[in-house]
Amino acid sequence: MTNVLLITFTISLLYLGIAHRLLTYIKILAFQGVLLFGIAFIELIQINAVNLTLVLLETIVVKAIAIPLFVNYVMKRNRITRDAEPFVPNFISLIIITLIIIITFILSNAMSDTRISKIYFVVALSTLFTGLYIIVTRSKIITHILGYLVIENGVFILSLAVGNEMPMLVNLGILLDIFASVFLLGIFVNRIGDVLKDVDVDKLKNLKD
Amino acid sequence: MVGIYLAGAFSISGLLFFNRNRVLKYLLIAAFLLLQIGFTVYECLHINTTDLNYFTPDSLGLLLLITLTIISIPAFYHSYVYLGTKQDNPKHTAIYFAAVVALLTSISAAYLSNHIAVTWIFVELTTLSASALIYHRRNNRSLEGTWKYVFVCAISITLVFIGILFLSFSLPGAGADDLSFKNLLVKAPQLNVFWLRLAFIFIFTGFTAKLGLVPMYTAGIDAKDKAPSPAGALLSSVLMNVGFVGIFRSYIVAANSPIHQWANHVIIIAALLSILVATVYMTKVKNIKRMFAYSSIEHSGIIMLGLAAGGVGYYAAILHTILHAFIKSSLFFQQGQIYRIYQSKSIYDVGNYFKYNVTGSMVILLGFFFATAMPPSGLFISEFMIFRSLFESDYLWILIVVMLLLTIIIWAFGKNIFKLLFTPPVDFKEDGLERIKPAESISQFILLGLVVYLGLNPPQEFVTLIQEAIKSLPH
Repeated sequence: MTNVLLITFTISLLYLGIAHRLLTYIKILAFQGVLLFGIAFIELIQINAVNLTLVLLETIVVKAIAIPLFVNYVMKRNRITRDAEPFVPNFISLIIITLIIIITFILSNAMSDTRISKIYFVVALSTLFTGLYIIVTRSKIITHILGYLVIENGVFILSLAVGNEMPMLVNLGILLDIFASVFLLGIFVNRIGDVLKDVDVDKLKNLKD
Repeated sequence: MVGIYLAGAFSISGLLFFNRNRVLKYLLIAAFLLLQIGFTVYECLHINTTDLNYFTPDSLGLLLLITLTIISIPAFYHSYVYLGTKQDNPKHTAIYFAAVVALLTSISAAYLSNHIAVTWIFVELTTLSASALIYHRRNNRSLEGTWKYVFVCAISITLVFIGILFLSFSLPGAGADDLSFKNLLVKAPQLNVFWLRLAFIFIFTGFTAKLGLVPMYTAGIDAKDKAPSPAGALLSSVLMNVGFVGIFRSYIVAANSPIHQWANHVIIIAALLSILVATVYMTKVKNIKRMFAYSSIEHSGIIMLGLAAGGVGYYAAILHTILHAFIKSSLFFQQGQIYRIYQSKSIYDVGNYFKYNVTGSMVILLGFFFATAMPPSGLFISEFMIFRSLFESDYLWILIVVMLLLTIIIWAFGKNIFKLLFTPPVDFKEDGLERIKPAESISQFILLGLVVYLGLNPPQEFVTLIQEAIKSLPH
């Protein structure tokens, strides 16, 4: 069952590569939150109940509901246009994300550890690199944040791989999630909207040598 | 005691945030300073006793904690001067002081933590409080600097987290959930090499954002430039040491495992690239604050070279870290006075500083000599030891390249500093200039004096502490 969920997660990455509208990105993020809820539920069922509740609540409330709604609110408030404005055509993005997945497959074959199941490693790493790819190929600040959220989902999957042995690490991942998303979104996009009016990375080129 | 300190300091920070009364503000700051000094003294007396399970004042943590306490006193004084001259809005002042207190507290806790995850949490908190300081002026450029700093730090903190996950994969056997540095050091020879390599490279890359090395150095430069100068002094001294602590402690684990040589090569590549980047930017940078920030990049590169070369280099790396913190903070404190006279940070607008502020010029001149490691600066000793260790460990070519680059840095640094001190400025109106009290430079002289004292005639306790800190590294 986890395998089905993880593969669906990887397919959602491909969809992320060809999405045009920001709203689609937000919907995919919410969907990924639901998938992570399922994976965490199946994978961590043995850890103690309080901790499990915390993890599950975080995935479903924060990842699947609160953050997407909040990004949507921020977009409306700052009147960000709905297009993601990628620098590269979607077709090429699709090819590159496929390549990322293939390369992580090959990489994972190099590892000789039986404790960590390979599929977690592959999905986590390809999510990570897809997030980085989205950050560098989209021109808006809000897409940088969306890319960062994708990276965090990847890190969360990686922490689930050792979740049974070290539940503390999953909690740390949650801490990272809450800290970074609240901070990046909450304070900054609001302020950037107030001061800069037009939210585009091209506007952030004053500081240089 | 750690519990009392953290609770006390964070509640002082919270009170400062909500307080608008002037007298109460100074009382709270005085209370924090007393708490910080008391805490440092207490930890000095209780070396190597674990507190709250996750905090152990070992020799490295203690050395850096003392450095932090020494720098924090002038930092508050200069913040007082800075905010006093500016007629700032009380809300912004309150946020500024609350952020400084929170920053100093989380840095102290990060120094002392003996568990990599706890270090990680407090490094996260330093990002949070530092960004409030960078945003202090609330204009477009400081917003840009803050945004870049937060984003790069968020990415690098994620990288450190991935590194911690890989580190947990590398532990032999299931059920071993202890990620304290002590346990990792004991298990170091049995760690899985594949995961350990991945872990080291991710943790190293993540902490470079704080220490200021290639690849994540960029955010730190903008941050030090945009933060008010007393805050810039903290960012370029004690906050950089947090990155050093993170890298040093994980390097100890790597050095005792089979990947020691490989880790050395990673560090040398990052260090050489950092010195190269610092050289390139030093020759073209026109902003005095950014120039100081690039000089910090150069020094952290040198520190990392000392670590990679081994032998006497380990000792020199820690000495260099501490002395560099004193020198760079005094230069940044002094920069605040330059800005008050010329109202500009650009090298084109300044000049003839000796005429307007003699004591300040002396600090700048001495600071320049000290930062470029000329005798009697203590950095001369540590840099000399690092070069010797590079020579002894057969890194001759690296040594030659580094020396060439350092020569260019001295030239570029000197060119700008002498322009500031002696060349008359263009279109500068002298009337109505603010007289700067010579007393405001006393703290800088004390810090620079400490550099000479610790470099040339280190007290025995200081030497013992450094030797304790490096004793688990292979010789």
